[in-house]
Amino acid sequence: MNGKSVLRAVALTLIGLFFLFPLFWVVLMSFMTNADILRNPPSPFFSPTFHNYVALVSGQLVTTVGTQKIDYMLNLFNSTVLSAFSVILSLILGVPAAYAFARYKFRLGEDMAFTLLSFRFAPPLLVLLPLLLYFQSIGLYDTYIGLIWVYQLITLPLVLWIVRGYFEDVSEDIELAYRLDGHSWLSTFFRISIPLARPGIAAAALLSFIFAWNNFIFALILGSSSVQPVTVGALAFVTASGIEYGQIAAALVFSIVPTLVLAMFTQRYLVEGLSLGAIKG
Amino acid sequence: MSTSGVAGVNARPVPRRHGARMAGVLPYLLSMPALLACVGILIPFINAVYYSLQRYNLAFPTTRKFIWFGNYVSLLSDAGFWHTILVSMTYTILTVGLELLLGLGIAMLLWRRTLVTNLLSVALILPLMVAPAIASLMWKLMTNANFGILSYFVSLLGFHDFKWASAPQTAMFTVVLVDMWVYTPFITILLLAGLRGLPRQPFEAAELDGVPATFVFFRIMLPMLFPYILTAGLFRMLDSIQQFDIIYAMTQGGPGDTLMVFQIQAYTQAFIFTNIGRASAILVILWAITYALSNVFVKNWLRLRERARGRA
Repeated sequence: MNGKSVLRAVALTLIGLFFLFPLFWVVLMSFMTNADILRNPPSPFFSPTFHNYVALVSGQLVTTVGTQKIDYMLNLFNSTVLSAFSVILSLILGVPAAYAFARYKFRLGEDMAFTLLSFRFAPPLLVLLPLLLYFQSIGLYDTYIGLIWVYQLITLPLVLWIVRGYFEDVSEDIELAYRLDGHSWLSTFFRISIPLARPGIAAAALLSFIFAWNNFIFALILGSSSVQPVTVGALAFVTASGIEYGQIAAALVFSIVPTLVLAMFTQRYLVEGLSLGAIKG
Repeated sequence: MSTSGVAGVNARPVPRRHGARMAGVLPYLLSMPALLACVGILIPFINAVYYSLQRYNLAFPTTRKFIWFGNYVSLLSDAGFWHTILVSMTYTILTVGLELLLGLGIAMLLWRRTLVTNLLSVALILPLMVAPAIASLMWKLMTNANFGILSYFVSLLGFHDFKWASAPQTAMFTVVLVDMWVYTPFITILLLAGLRGLPRQPFEAAELDGVPATFVFFRIMLPMLFPYILTAGLFRMLDSIQQFDIIYAMTQGGPGDTLMVFQIQAYTQAFIFTNIGRASAILVILWAITYALSNVFVKNWLRLRERARGRA
């Protein structure tokens, strides 16, 4: 081994450490008792305990001053509901629109597409502040429906621009041939266009699920603890559980496992999704 | 001949004229639902601009009044707001600059496919998939003064009283580090895709001719990769200047006003001081900055997109 390849190996190791160690350590902490966590010097060798996870699932947090009820499982449930329905709604709204933008050159079409894109880059609070005042007066504050609607700001541009790219790649001739066979526009759309763009639709769905799951500010402003997702719930949890660090670590692990698992499936589409279709992976 | 006549003899008519008429409305019909969902979001946006021109404090509803640019004038003459601009710019320049450098470096290390680089490029996805707010809480656990593993590591290096986010001197460093942990992989992943998409011939030719590595880097690779670097950098800049999650979860803008970036400042004005007018004015200024940036971004992004589609 020459000097250059040693240097390269060292650099790769350091990179791996920097990006993976935090995840590794927090997972480790989630299996420690508080005594293990507070040990000085810290040690990766300890007898693992599941009691942090048990406490979280049962909602009964054991603290030094007694047991406390915290419904962190509700936050997990909320995250699932909000992300899943936001993605479904975005697909229903976004896939036909993506098709229109890909197939037809129509007046205002590009303008609409860019308006939708520009939402991705506007400061969220600018929209959230007036929305909060509206939502409170029309009863959408602290509801799933209100939040799912606002979540379209994240999921819709993603669906629109990724799926649009896939529709553009589908040859129009195939659709035309099917139509000339006497099939209606609608059946062509569902039997030919959508199946051909399916990888793009799947990628957009998975990625927008992850982005919706990771959102923090929308529910912080527009909801109370009854509808808030894990991202906001975890912060409240940290404050409430005080010095129960093992339970905090377990709560954090709970909140990141779903997206990490999904990420493994989205790998192939990640580049395209992250660049909104600008770079092919 | 009318279509109905054709339909009479043929069970499966090809609706030509009808189809042509439909083609005019169809795109609008298809995109209308998506647009309507967004109009509902666009209205509050216009409203926010209107709020920013009012004296509007929820605690004093009777004093609400249209004051033209009063909020903007008072912001620009307030040292606190200039501090916010400074902090936001510092945060943006540090995060985007460091992430671009580190991201490019890592992408170049991972360029050649081997088992190790393949594994590492998958592993790099993980931090990117962690919610920024959660990432911040993870780092908070690791930098805790009593048991934080990173506090322990730096104490081994001789920094015994390193306070991370709780000291004004190191708070910026800490949140920038978290931001780098989450978002450097974003830059790496985009640049790696860019690198692997570059034509091989220039590099092979340079190697054959024994061209020095620095020349290859500065005169061949960087110029060819530049569109990707620009897009990734602008993308990150647009996010970074609006950073909220990481800082809010870490210190809520503190200690003191050390980390009062735009959106944290606006949040504080709106929810602590109930001053909707002033908060809106801050956000409109931020929006003006992001709007200008996003125009530059979209131009580059479109060019890349065209190229990616062309290659497909």
